[in-house]
Amino acid sequence: MEGPIRAREALALTLFSLLFFLSRSSALHDLLISNAERRIDLSSHIVKVYLTLKVENAGSSPASEVVLAFPPSQVDHLATVEALATKGKRKKTTFVRLEVKPTELPDAPNDTKYFTIYLANPLNSAESITLEVLYMLTHSLEPFPAEIGQSESQLVYYRDSALVLSPYHIKQQTTFIKTPSTKVDSFTRVEPTNRAGTEIKYGPYEDHTPYSFSAILVHFENNSPFAVVEELVREVEISHWGNLQVTEQYKLVHAGARHKGVFSRYLLARLPPRVHSVYYRDEIGNISSSHLRTDSRKSELEIEPRYPLFGGWKATFVIGYGLPLQDFLFESSEDRRYVNFTFGCPLMETVVDKLTIKVVLPEGSKDPSAVVPFPVDQHLETKYSYLDVVGRTVVVLEKKNVVPGHNSHFQVYYTFKPIFMLAEPLMLASAFFLFFVACIAYLHIDLSIRK
Amino acid sequence: MAAPEASSAAVPTLMTNNTLRNAFGGVLSFFILLLIGVLAFSIRLFSVIKYESVIHEFDPYFNYRVTQFLTKNGIYEFWNWFDDRTWYPLGRVIGGTVYPGLTLTAGTIWWLLNSLNIPLSVETVCVFTAPIFSAFASWATYLLTKEVKGAGAGLTAAVLLAMVPSYISRSVAGSYDNEAVAIFALIFTFYLYIKTLNTGSLFYATLNSIAYFYMVCSWGGYTFIINLIPMHVLLCIVTGRYSSRLYIAYAPLVVLGTLLAALVPVVGFNAVMTSEHFASFLVFIIIHVVALVYYIKGILSPKMFKVAVTLVISAGLAVCCAVIAVLIALVASSPTKGWSGRSLSLLDPTYASKYIPIIASVSEHQPPTWPSYFMDINVLAFLVPAGIIACFLPLSDASSFVVLYIATSVYFSGVMVRLMLVLAPAACITSGIALSQAFDVFTRSIKFQLPGLSSNTEVDAGETSSATKEAQNDAVKTEKAEETSKDRPSRKSKKKEREHVEKPSTKTKAEKKRLLALPLEASVISLLLLVFLGAFYVVHCVWAAAEAYSAPSIVLTSHSHDGLHVFDDFREAYAWLRHNTDVDDKVASWWDYGYQTTAMANRTVIVDNNTWNNTHIATVGTAMSSPEKAAWEIFHSLDVKYILVVFGGLVGYPSDDINKFLWMVRIGGGVFPHIKEPDYLRDGQYRIDSQATPTMLNCLMYKLSYYRFVETDGKGFDRVRRTEIGKKYFKLTHFEEVFTTHHWMVRIYKLKPQKNRIRGKTKKSKSKTSSTSSSKRSERGLFRHGNVFGGKEAQNQFCISSILGLVPCATTGPPKRQI
Repeated sequence: MEGPIRAREALALTLFSLLFFLSRSSALHDLLISNAERRIDLSSHIVKVYLTLKVENAGSSPASEVVLAFPPSQVDHLATVEALATKGKRKKTTFVRLEVKPTELPDAPNDTKYFTIYLANPLNSAESITLEVLYMLTHSLEPFPAEIGQSESQLVYYRDSALVLSPYHIKQQTTFIKTPSTKVDSFTRVEPTNRAGTEIKYGPYEDHTPYSFSAILVHFENNSPFAVVEELVREVEISHWGNLQVTEQYKLVHAGARHKGVFSRYLLARLPPRVHSVYYRDEIGNISSSHLRTDSRKSELEIEPRYPLFGGWKATFVIGYGLPLQDFLFESSEDRRYVNFTFGCPLMETVVDKLTIKVVLPEGSKDPSAVVPFPVDQHLETKYSYLDVVGRTVVVLEKKNVVPGHNSHFQVYYTFKPIFMLAEPLMLASAFFLFFVACIAYLHIDLSIRK
Repeated sequence: MAAPEASSAAVPTLMTNNTLRNAFGGVLSFFILLLIGVLAFSIRLFSVIKYESVIHEFDPYFNYRVTQFLTKNGIYEFWNWFDDRTWYPLGRVIGGTVYPGLTLTAGTIWWLLNSLNIPLSVETVCVFTAPIFSAFASWATYLLTKEVKGAGAGLTAAVLLAMVPSYISRSVAGSYDNEAVAIFALIFTFYLYIKTLNTGSLFYATLNSIAYFYMVCSWGGYTFIINLIPMHVLLCIVTGRYSSRLYIAYAPLVVLGTLLAALVPVVGFNAVMTSEHFASFLVFIIIHVVALVYYIKGILSPKMFKVAVTLVISAGLAVCCAVIAVLIALVASSPTKGWSGRSLSLLDPTYASKYIPIIASVSEHQPPTWPSYFMDINVLAFLVPAGIIACFLPLSDASSFVVLYIATSVYFSGVMVRLMLVLAPAACITSGIALSQAFDVFTRSIKFQLPGLSSNTEVDAGETSSATKEAQNDAVKTEKAEETSKDRPSRKSKKKEREHVEKPSTKTKAEKKRLLALPLEASVISLLLLVFLGAFYVVHCVWAAAEAYSAPSIVLTSHSHDGLHVFDDFREAYAWLRHNTDVDDKVASWWDYGYQTTAMANRTVIVDNNTWNNTHIATVGTAMSSPEKAAWEIFHSLDVKYILVVFGGLVGYPSDDINKFLWMVRIGGGVFPHIKEPDYLRDGQYRIDSQATPTMLNCLMYKLSYYRFVETDGKGFDRVRRTEIGKKYFKLTHFEEVFTTHHWMVRIYKLKPQKNRIRGKTKKSKSKTSSTSSSKRSERGLFRHGNVFGGKEAQNQFCISSILGLVPCATTGPPKRQI
């Protein structure tokens, strides 16, 4: 099995180096990476990659950007990319979070996609800096065999490169792959390769040209449940009468091998504290199997889908709950308020392919703006709810490939005058008043033609 | 009733006081009605509180699905809806075969709410349609009874109807069925008929036709109206009560009502072509003849009239004979004598069980038992005779209608337990009259014998026990006062007549006061007893609403020593089908689960609860009772991919498919003669234990139900049949199990794909297929009957097993639809 793979990877290697010579771009190559260490964690169905890069400026001009390269197959499954710059030595090490943005570079070989790390201070000539990069990949483990019986264990493929894909020259690099158990069916050897316990070590490799690539394949056992929420729509409706109503629509799928043993029948959703009127249902009614545990710091909702999810099975459900408004709504200035809420999926250890958050602002609010710590798609909608006349502004935030790492807070700012709170009660009161007036009028008007 | 009259006559200074009291009475009765509406609505919410806001049972799911379609696609798409997700591969024209009243009502409510930006879901609207219409129905009862015997009786009847168990059983929140709105339409149509009869107003006659139209839209039971009203008209004519008011109440109804009824697609030309409607046309002719006679009588002298009568009778007889002969010939020429199967089984209770097993198989089409009368109308059953007597004191056109209504509905309820629903309003009206009259008599005699009190009551609002009664009387007065002030010409005649009726009666009452007065002790005790009777009724109704009729039947609960158990297996299975099968997969199951599968799982089914094609149902029945290979071939020929069976053996759920198996064999065997019932019987019984016949143990239903069952407890003990199963270890060759719910109540199997053909075996399998297709070709001609009205059948738990002697009837089970 390893033979053909080796041949293919050699071919890829030459191809990439060829591409490199064809498409050399000047600005990038002032930098070089003196040491790269990569740790790939395959223990859950979310692949976590820790990359430590020691970047040197070999050019003459200071550089303020470092570019990371990803093969196109990984970019689609890339959930998050974070970069930290380390400062100081040993125990005094401090980390500075750096801004990372996807960028387009001309002449990208083989549709390579790039992310640029913006350094806090420009890297002067001959200086070096250590960068810690963390990125997570979803849907990167492919069950093989694709269909298994209930009692068999699940084996998956993980594909990557033994060499770190980079537009820079890398002097020395090592890759560690951590598997959940010692059961590894096979793995590609790119000498020197070692396997010890649950870890496979590729490298160290010396002096690889930019865009070097060497495909590897790891076939190993992974029995963790592959809980994937294909689509999650969270709607947060703000009522200034004191309630925050959250409705979450899930489309859950077990993305493991088809007909795999029971996926933990229980799912745990972590909800904010002081949650009330929780419901859990789907389109055909209430699902009776759920438990809510609350304490002062958090609420945990233990839910069970209608049926146990085997590999490849799907289920949809809705969770809704109310929250006290004062925990989430704050005033920033005169009439200017903001709502502070968690992004991400309340279900523990799940991947969300597509997450939509809709923040429904009260009727009459103006100038909405959202502050989210990572890039998301934003747009506005209008929603009509109970007795609305002009409709409520809805701030829609969309993000693909959401992992638990995204469970951070985001804010939506808007302007709202409290007088609008009275609009609907006054409308109702006047409607009833008019009705009674009409009744009185009818009783006092004689409509008969003849006396 | 006498007290206010006397006071107004005697003391003029009390006039202002009296109008104040009248106004007070009007307001009071208005609020009482409002409370009755609230009561009617809230007593039906037990199902939502105890379970959840969900659609119940079988037929409501179909109605819910139709409503969803209507709200999504609009009314024109609805009329043209050809549903290809049911009765595969035949499909069903929903727009033309469904009574649209309920759907349109709920759709309109939903549309209205949404246009006000009140975002209620279609499901919520459907769940609460029935309770809302129950409130309307109790108000309609008030109006009807008020027309017959005054506001007091009206309020009593309304409160009785608001909580009569029979009606509750069909209209709890979530029971989204035709009857929910139809009973309101029925009572309201009767009210408008009586109103027209009392006033002679063409305005009400037109409204009456429109109400009748709504009834036709809502329910097949509209034939009851179109037969009962002609009967009453005929009764009036025969007893010499003909008047122009009767003519106005009847003639426009027949003409306009029939025209409107023909507009409803499902009725169409049936409105003039089936025998159910002929009685109304016959009476229509008769009333015209009678009207002519009265007219001629008016313009001719008595002597001339006699001559004319002899002339006309001799000529008329000849014409009549000819017409009747033609009618009889027409009726006789149609195959079922012009009557649909269900109507025939009304007239001849044994008809269905003799000829149509599919009608007989539905438990709600069985005659009721005596306990079910007590369960459903409770103390009303004892009050009805008293009410009938009260209707004769004095007999008016309106009260004779009530007598006729109760008499016919008692007969029909005796034929089919479902029609208990028609009896309930009649029973409430007569009982309301009885109670009100009894209270009237007793309080009057108490007042008469307590002189201090009687003088007081003239000023005071009245003693406590009869407070409501007084108020009710006041309500009548208020209305009258209002009428006088308005002095509408159209109401003049009616008012005159009212006074005509009431004046002598009050006068005679005043004279008879002394005679009618009962001893004080007797009246007090009787009053107390009546109050106890009412209290007993209320307690029973609340119990029935809370315990007996609120179970949605798709989710079951049971109480055991370690708390409440929820059996949500049906929805588990439907949700699984919905999310984990292809959207165009066909699912075969016994017809009971057809509506639920299309609505909850959104998958195409072969047969459903609209049992319009017996042959198709028989095909499924045959497949279920055939051995595996033959069944596979039948299902494969129908493109079926999944088979759903309901199995209660693990948890003791008695209305499972094994208990319904009798009907699969019987209906299947009725069309495909190679299925013979005796093959499945041992000593005249269906058995699944070691004594079972080989045919039984090899049939598909047995195998699908008990596949791997022995793995649960090692013995294969069936808790419904209370026996160990006959064949424990077997494998399936043509089917594979894909899903079994938590409590094993629903099991879903997949047809294995066709095997690769081996050269030698081709011939054999070919000959088999041809034999099945030829047997299919030899099916009897399709015969069609309207949809089997579904719904709940809680109190009437017929148990196939008890009939067949398999096991004693399990009472802990859920309501059963099919026996």
